[in-house]
Amino acid sequence: MGDPSEPPSGQYPNRRSFQASEQRHSLEASQPQAAVPEGAPQMLPAQQRGSQGIPSMRWSEGASLPEQEDWLMSQTFQATGTPIAHTEHPSFPLGFQTQAYLEDGRTLAGRTLAGEYTTNLMLQQLQQGQGGLLQQLEPAYQPAGASFLSQFDSYHRENQPFKLGTQHSFYPRDDPATPTFSLSEQGFLYYSPEVPEPPPRELAVQNAKAYLLQTSVGSDLSLYEHLVNLLTKILNQRPEDPLSILESMNRTTQWEWFHRKMDTLRDDPEMQSTYEMAEKQRGLFIQGGGDREQDMEEEVAETAVPNIMETAFHLEQAGVGLSVEESFRIYLALKQLVEQQPVHTCRFWGKILGLRRSYLVAEVEFREGEEEGEEEEGEELLEGGDTLEQPGGEEEGEEDEEKVADAVPKPQWKPPPVVPRESRAGTNKYLYFVCAEPGRPWTRLPPVTPAQIVCARKIRKFFTGHLDAPVVSYPPFPGNEANYLRAQIARISAATHISPLGFYQFSEEEGDEEDEGGAGRDSFEENADFEGIPVLELVDSLANWVHHTQHILPQGRCTWVNPLQKSDEEEELGEEEEKGDEGPDEVEQEIGPPLLTPLSEDAEIMNMSPWTTRVSCTLCPQYSVAVVRSNLWPGAYAFASGKKFENLYIGWGHKYSPDNFNPALPAPVQQEYASGPEITEMSDPTVEEEQALRAAQEQALAAAEDEEEDEEEEEGEDLDD
Amino acid sequence: MDSESLLLSLELAAGTGQGLSPDRRTALLTSLLLVKRDYRYERVLFWGRILGIVADYYIAQGLGEDQLAPRKTLYSLNCMEWSLLPPATEEMAAQMAVVKGRFMGDPSHEYEHTEFQRTTAEGEKTFEDDVVVQVKEETRLVSVIDQIDKAVAIIPRGALFKTPFGPVHVNRTFEGLPLSEARKLSSYFHFREPVDLKNRTLLEKADLDPSLDFLDSLENDIPKGSWSIQMERGNSLVVLRSLLWPGLTFFHTPRTRNHGYIYVGTGEKNMDLPFML
Repeated sequence: MGDPSEPPSGQYPNRRSFQASEQRHSLEASQPQAAVPEGAPQMLPAQQRGSQGIPSMRWSEGASLPEQEDWLMSQTFQATGTPIAHTEHPSFPLGFQTQAYLEDGRTLAGRTLAGEYTTNLMLQQLQQGQGGLLQQLEPAYQPAGASFLSQFDSYHRENQPFKLGTQHSFYPRDDPATPTFSLSEQGFLYYSPEVPEPPPRELAVQNAKAYLLQTSVGSDLSLYEHLVNLLTKILNQRPEDPLSILESMNRTTQWEWFHRKMDTLRDDPEMQSTYEMAEKQRGLFIQGGGDREQDMEEEVAETAVPNIMETAFHLEQAGVGLSVEESFRIYLALKQLVEQQPVHTCRFWGKILGLRRSYLVAEVEFREGEEEGEEEEGEELLEGGDTLEQPGGEEEGEEDEEKVADAVPKPQWKPPPVVPRESRAGTNKYLYFVCAEPGRPWTRLPPVTPAQIVCARKIRKFFTGHLDAPVVSYPPFPGNEANYLRAQIARISAATHISPLGFYQFSEEEGDEEDEGGAGRDSFEENADFEGIPVLELVDSLANWVHHTQHILPQGRCTWVNPLQKSDEEEELGEEEEKGDEGPDEVEQEIGPPLLTPLSEDAEIMNMSPWTTRVSCTLCPQYSVAVVRSNLWPGAYAFASGKKFENLYIGWGHKYSPDNFNPALPAPVQQEYASGPEITEMSDPTVEEEQALRAAQEQALAAAEDEEEDEEEEEGEDLDD
Repeated sequence: MDSESLLLSLELAAGTGQGLSPDRRTALLTSLLLVKRDYRYERVLFWGRILGIVADYYIAQGLGEDQLAPRKTLYSLNCMEWSLLPPATEEMAAQMAVVKGRFMGDPSHEYEHTEFQRTTAEGEKTFEDDVVVQVKEETRLVSVIDQIDKAVAIIPRGALFKTPFGPVHVNRTFEGLPLSEARKLSSYFHFREPVDLKNRTLLEKADLDPSLDFLDSLENDIPKGSWSIQMERGNSLVVLRSLLWPGLTFFHTPRTRNHGYIYVGTGEKNMDLPFML
């Protein structure tokens, strides 16, 4: 090197720092500036030693390199002399890498100027103190005239063979002492004829690098840049066994390049629905306005919302139930329900899973007098339907009377009488509200009719999650999914709501038993003296549990009603129709097991008890709860511990049947009209018969004509006389 | 579900209503660790729970390096002592086909099934013998677990990748499915040897990535609609439930690595599925 003297190093830091500040990355400015003073003094001694590993530095330079930098790169390549052969200097990439990666990370555009990098490169390298670029450059450059290094040490040389097309300030202007650098326009490659041809190896390296820096039409990312990103990522994250995940990291790095992080101002469109749901659920947690003290007192006093957390805790001991957070959200949602509706008692009934959404079901009892508004509307609708049917029948009757001869035979099929639904008792004792998720509004389910229950027993369908979805089935279900859901809830409640023996007792009114004809009492009350049954006894014997909901009769109701009894509305039509009433007049009264029947009386399924009992924890039986699981309705659970008990259902909403489901066969074809003379087809007369008939007719005609002629002749004779 | 993330996975899968009680969970945490050490497995999965009349079976599976290699299945009645089950064979499947009903819960219970066998003697007389075939419950257990695994064990796309040498490894750079992909059935694969892959058209195969798309996806499952995809927990959790084997729940939090499946059910196939859809 010419004179490894102060001037180059003195100039160097200034140049570097200025150059750095010129760049967009002001963040990096401090680094190079810090690096520079340290690096510079090392430069000189470093120059003396040989350096290697330049190519690795080069490779690991971050950011893309526009052409102007290409030029610089090529300069540095020249400067390095024998770049490829050197494989040492593992420390090179490190510091440099970090910086380059930082660069990359901070500037999303990722376009940094190589000039800075190369300088930083060299500085870092020099910092390592393991010989640097300059050392290597040193020997290599000696012969070369205009070299990168020579620029440094002879920056003040007037004959700058390279035009300054770039912001790089390696090339001093007029006065080397005061580096003034102007941002020149985009540079271009300009090789002055004075520049000697680079050695073939370097040329090869240059070409290779230029090739790697190519970007395709489809993307902005060159292989060079991608490899830089990949290696910086691996070095930063330091995963174990990187070779095994190389391909995955490769893919991920590419993906990250094209999928930048969103700006801070824009919301992530994918997460939109999640945020909306979170907002709704946030509403659950916010308490209404008003004095805090008053609210607390009111809430503590009496609330219809049960202690769901306690129930959830006990059921969790049994391994059943939703997670604790979900249970708490359900509690808040129930609280919201209680505030919105006039609720007397409320209970979390369970969850029914559906295809697209699930239903959370709350069992609710309204306060007295609140519910009638809805019911009256329902009844009016029914009556309206009936009145519409009546004029239709009358019109048909009139038409029939007019055209008796050609009347279309009236169908003699009469639909079976509709069994009236129970109101506020039996299957409709409770009201049910459903919602899809806590935070969404609660929807009320309509009361269930016996026809719906009867039909629900014959079909088996999954719930979709939308209440207005049609239920396509045979026999056709009278209603949509809301009705089907309600019917299944009624069936499940009737079959699986159990309580420990003695918790409920019948209210003591002895006269009722005779009045109701022994059909069973349907009212019970809590037993204040209930002591609780020990867990082990509950588990051992099913007789310690009783049903506290009424069994649903085959008719679809809990209390039997004779469908043939004429009500007031039907009596008007009854006179005409009585004659045609060929249905069985006697319908047997259906009897089901009475209320508070112990479970041991339940029918078995395939030699298997319909209930399974377990102790929740065998390791600590003294603190565990008794759990009863239904085998008939998979998903129905009940637990009891001390004086507490609760029922819960979480499942798909279907009954278990060991045999495969057999859909109902279509009804037998209706009988055709009875054949009678008026509709019997007569056979056509044969040819002989027709001829015989014609002959007979001709004879009759001939005979008639003869007689007429005779009469005319007689008359004529009379006239003649 | 992976035994490493058992607690979180159980909580995420709790939407179906069945889980494990606290004592079982703690027992599992300890015992699965010991199983991993004793049997030298790379990964131990807690497969699920089969509900029996008298007792429940808790099932775990151990995997080696290759995720698609045949897995070892273990069962336990109390989550502490695990016994290895024999691998499933086709004979077992044939035998099991005739057994219906619930599991008893006793591994040595034998199901009796009478078969009619007609033997024709030389005199052209057919004898009908009632042969009582006994199937052990353990066999049934093995067969059912194998069927469930082959039918409905699933994994999200990208969670496993195939190395050029053949074995399938867990993808450590799996960042989770994006929300847009999480609701599609095509983003989930069957966790078993691919059966259907060769039948794809060339056009479809051109779009596949051989290192990630080497398993059957759920799109072509028969009957169509036998999976129910839902978002739970306010759209932050994807849950897939199988309708063919009710009780199998697969969960995945999009954009995270959490995923897994668990089976808690009676171990019976839902043969009525076509009527129910």
